[in-house]
Amino acid sequence: MSLSTSKPPAPRLATPKTAAIAARNAADVQLRGSWSLTFARLRRDPASIGSITVILLIVAFALGAPLVAAWTGHGPTEQFRDTGLSPSGIPVGPSAEFLLGADQLGRDVLVRLAYGAQVSLLVGVVASIAASVIGVVVGVVAGFFGGPVDTVLSRITDLVMSVPFLLCAIALVAVLGPSLPLSIAVIVFFSWTGLARVIRGQVMALRHREFVEAARSLGASRTSIMFRDILPNLVVPIIVYTTLMIPSAIVFEATLSFLGLGIVPPTPSWGNMLADAANGSLYLIAWWMVVVPGGALLALTLAFNLLGDGLRDALDPAASKGGKGA
Amino acid sequence: MALLEVSNLVVDIPTEDGTVHAVQDVSFTVHEGEFFGIVGESGSGKSVMVQSIMGLVAGARTSGTVDFRGRNLLALGDEAMRSVRGREIGMIFQDPLSSLHPQYTVGWQIVEQIRAHEKISQQAAKARAIELLERVRIPDAAARFDAYPHQFSGGMRQRVMIAMALSLGPALIIADEPTTALDSTVQAQILDLLDEMRREFGATVVMISHDLGVLARVADRVMVMYAGRRMELGESANVLCSPAHPYTAGLLRSSAFNREPGTPLVPIAGRPPSLLAPPSGCAFAARCPDAMSICSERPPLRRYDDGTEVVCWLEGEPGEPPAPELPPAVEARSDDPAADASIVRVESLRLAFPQRRGPARVVLDDITLEVRRGETLGLVGESGCGKTTLARAIAGLVAPTAGTVTFDGHELSTLGRREWRSLRRRVQVVFQDPFGSLNPRRRVGSIIGDPFRIHGLASGQGRRAEVQELMELVGLNPEHYNRFPSQFSGGQRQRIGIARAIALKPELVILDEPVSALDVSIQAQVLNLLDELQRTLGLTYLFISHDLSVVRHVCDRIAVMEGGRIIELDDADRLYRDPQQPFTKRLLAAAAPEIPRTPARRRLVRTARPREAGPAPVLLPERAIEGARR
Amino acid sequence: MTRFILARVGFGLLVLFLLSVFVFVLFYVSPSDPARIIAGDKATEELMAQIRVKLGLDQPIYVQYLNFVGNLLRGDIGFSYRSGLPVSDLLYARVPVTMSLVFGAVVLWLAIGIPIGIASAKHPGSLRDRFGQGFAIVGISFPTFVLGMMALFLLYFLPTKAGVTLFPPGGYVPFAEDPLGWAWHLILPWTTLALVVAAVYARLTRGQMLEVLGQDYIRTARAKGLTERRITYTHAFRSAMPPLVTQLGIDIGLMLGGVIVIEQVFGLLGVGSLAVTSVAMQDRPVVIAIVLLGGVFVVVANLVVDLLYAVLDSRVRTAAR
Repeated sequence: MSLSTSKPPAPRLATPKTAAIAARNAADVQLRGSWSLTFARLRRDPASIGSITVILLIVAFALGAPLVAAWTGHGPTEQFRDTGLSPSGIPVGPSAEFLLGADQLGRDVLVRLAYGAQVSLLVGVVASIAASVIGVVVGVVAGFFGGPVDTVLSRITDLVMSVPFLLCAIALVAVLGPSLPLSIAVIVFFSWTGLARVIRGQVMALRHREFVEAARSLGASRTSIMFRDILPNLVVPIIVYTTLMIPSAIVFEATLSFLGLGIVPPTPSWGNMLADAANGSLYLIAWWMVVVPGGALLALTLAFNLLGDGLRDALDPAASKGGKGA
Repeated sequence: MALLEVSNLVVDIPTEDGTVHAVQDVSFTVHEGEFFGIVGESGSGKSVMVQSIMGLVAGARTSGTVDFRGRNLLALGDEAMRSVRGREIGMIFQDPLSSLHPQYTVGWQIVEQIRAHEKISQQAAKARAIELLERVRIPDAAARFDAYPHQFSGGMRQRVMIAMALSLGPALIIADEPTTALDSTVQAQILDLLDEMRREFGATVVMISHDLGVLARVADRVMVMYAGRRMELGESANVLCSPAHPYTAGLLRSSAFNREPGTPLVPIAGRPPSLLAPPSGCAFAARCPDAMSICSERPPLRRYDDGTEVVCWLEGEPGEPPAPELPPAVEARSDDPAADASIVRVESLRLAFPQRRGPARVVLDDITLEVRRGETLGLVGESGCGKTTLARAIAGLVAPTAGTVTFDGHELSTLGRREWRSLRRRVQVVFQDPFGSLNPRRRVGSIIGDPFRIHGLASGQGRRAEVQELMELVGLNPEHYNRFPSQFSGGQRQRIGIARAIALKPELVILDEPVSALDVSIQAQVLNLLDELQRTLGLTYLFISHDLSVVRHVCDRIAVMEGGRIIELDDADRLYRDPQQPFTKRLLAAAAPEIPRTPARRRLVRTARPREAGPAPVLLPERAIEGARR
Repeated sequence: MTRFILARVGFGLLVLFLLSVFVFVLFYVSPSDPARIIAGDKATEELMAQIRVKLGLDQPIYVQYLNFVGNLLRGDIGFSYRSGLPVSDLLYARVPVTMSLVFGAVVLWLAIGIPIGIASAKHPGSLRDRFGQGFAIVGISFPTFVLGMMALFLLYFLPTKAGVTLFPPGGYVPFAEDPLGWAWHLILPWTTLALVVAAVYARLTRGQMLEVLGQDYIRTARAKGLTERRITYTHAFRSAMPPLVTQLGIDIGLMLGGVIVIEQVFGLLGVGSLAVTSVAMQDRPVVIAIVLLGGVFVVVANLVVDLLYAVLDSRVRTAAR
């Protein structure tokens, strides 16, 4: 009940958290635009630059998958049992013919990697955006309207969070039959809750800030307060959270495919390529079958995680020292 | 005898934006048994200085020497420094709630300190802790030993902090703004306790404060700091009653408690320099009314025969700049010339918040009040007395449980949607926190333009022109239209808030602690601006504050609140001269007294050039200072 | 306090109820026919009809559901369609494997993640911090099964090919039979799981510690002349704990599902791999039992966290008095 108690006098004169912050507050505020500042900070961070490069390369690789197929002359599902497998049926390793080796059916790992990248990126980006839209809407509505609306939405969020999601996901996929849209739907369904909670908390905190009170005292409507006063303050957590959701969605999809419940073979995805490798522990003799898709998967998730961290530091430097927090 | 001798202390703090030169070449000596005060506004480096002396500022680069009982604290190793902290030097911080660990009992925390330095049994330590709690007058100390900090009131918590600081009988106690977070009546008690404990334990106290009034009450000697440098040092009576440095004089002129009500304050123009690139000469030169061309060089240290030391080129007494001229007042605005004299009437207002358990919490209880057109009505009270809630109820932002609020003849609770919106043009609020009341993600132009947008009054170029005119009116640079709030200082932000509030030419402006978050010299600027706007625009003010001296300075009538009720309401003068209620008397007694200005009677003894000028101080010819110019 | 706990228990029961309905409906709309699964491909219509009557599959779904709940309350979870064995027997054989896996991994990830987080937070920006953060971000990015396969390849296959057997390829030995063999068989899965989760804890601990270390009461602790060690653990870590406990509750709760992939990679016959095979075979009673067991896990873990929270926070504790 912040209404009832007036604030303690003179907080500004008071020593802030640390003397270093006090000193910085006292130092002149420099004139800088917020976006250009963000980009300047990003440019100074080698990890962000590196991760953006990796992401762009993988995107180009995915888009250029047909070119890769044309260049090698191998289709993504084409089997080359003569050249791709040894006489005893063991896949051949990296060679001039198969740059990254062949798999257990004599298919070109490089070509499959390129087509698999399409699936990973598509699922990762689409699922994250969809989940963050749901999360933001639920969070904003719950936080802004409060009361029974908040209670109901928060309970639903808690409920989804209390579900052993991988168990339910495999049950669902097994019954309905695996497919790309279903994979995305399942990932979205279990991913929006975190952001919804974060946004709800932020909105509740913002709602009691004085600038919202100021807008209200000026006669601003609820819609105006929501869109002009509250949403702009949520941009940073939304961008950062969505970016960080992409790698978990990618891993989620790969996990489903790895369990045989994601993308239906023979369509390549990094997850089912890894499943092929794990099948009968084939990867123990054909290491490239796990190193290539596994390495690509790791590189992509790592790049998105680093980018998310870099974005957070650049957009919200005050919080960057505090890490991710709760 | 000198207990603490600081010489040429420099503290630099590297940050993302560059190195902050927080303390630059400060020297002072604290004698055994005295009460030494350090005064300065935010950014003066006073807190950073004492904390870096104690080695509490991470990443700080220090040079110079800090001699404490024959050891240089800056050169001590970690372990040696650790045994000085708490054992030989006790510290008390500003906010006793956040300075005590929330998850441990207060007794545990005191015992912990005792046992960190002394090999002593748990029982003995506990017995000593209880005794300490008794000595700082915590009632029922043995039982309260097991209570958590959140179960104490603010003043009681600060008593616990004092008990903890005293627990090992330290030679020196450093108190960093120990009363700033407390209500004024509690402030006085804590100051008295601190003084009493100092005598009882034979300790020396160094106290930091931004508040001249507080230090005037207790300090034997004071040092005035500004922008990381020391300006003036001496016996507190000498420094405060006849300041030798223009900055000290300026601070006193801009303090509300120190000026006749009705006379304008004389603010110090401008704002402090950036500590990232402080000027090479005198740090105060840019704002100094007595500045000379030589002030761009490092000023010398002048020592007078009364012990006062001043770092300034000025040889005479600081001048007395004229008070700003105020425009003539216009008649209070009213849309209806026949309207009665009162703009707001509050009748038997009651507000209670339902609790989950137990009876509803009554925040406002049977309040009847009238705000007259064109006046400034002050609302004073301590934290939690309901003054802010009352302001919000008058603004129509919270609905009362019972009773009515009538604005210009319209009862607020009966207003329709459209009428409510049009009321919003006539009543405006300026909030306390200049950081929280402006949306950090929006540009200043759009913040000040908000009232026009919301009420559909001007758009595009027209709105821009209106906004820039307003910025000009409140003393902001209209070219800063596209900046974000974070690019302005606290005082400038408060001007933004004021510009937004007066944009639609309201009749009533509710000022909710509009200056309490600002430094004294900035406070004066904002108070004068408010005065000027009231005169030119014919505004009515409802002025809420915890600070009686500010309220007295600006208000025509004052209402004193306690526990959700208005206990006394009278003309400002009469209330001040002849308070009726015991609480009002207590409040008045706790307020800072006026510091009498006496002419200086001092002779210059010695002038020392700054160190860079030569290896040894150059002595300039002595010169007597004639009496005051005033 | 009692009311709070009752509310939490009620919410847990609601979760379990919705979960069971979800799985029930899911299999009801499924195109596959349990009778055909039980009787095999060559079964006659007659035989299948008999089976349906025996299992109650001819009844409307809500009757089936009520029968299921009634049996459940009597302690009867049903029989597997595939093997015909009681589901409880199946679970009984599998649960120890999964519990062993989770228990060891939890201990390991706390032992790895929290010290790294604390060390990082004590000197932000230092080399040690960069190293810790690097570990955290790589760990967070690593899909568990990729790490598991790499671990098997590097620590089992390559040494074995070279003639040294460092670790077994997988499998499980009960603790009661051979504690050392138990640990030896589980050490690779434990480490794999722990490294990935420890990264999350390292980050969370670092963030929490940094926030706490910036608090005024830490400055007070320094001004009191306490040792750095005492400041870090008794004062700072004490305050950083509650969010870690919350996270631990969530993670342990979700572990029953989370270990599926690890069990697949290391060939452990735990609850997770049972879930995968049962799902593939449309073995409804088994899947329902596992999903509900997973739900119970989550609910119990959350309840424990809520209680722990009250114990850890003096403000909650004193308010409850």
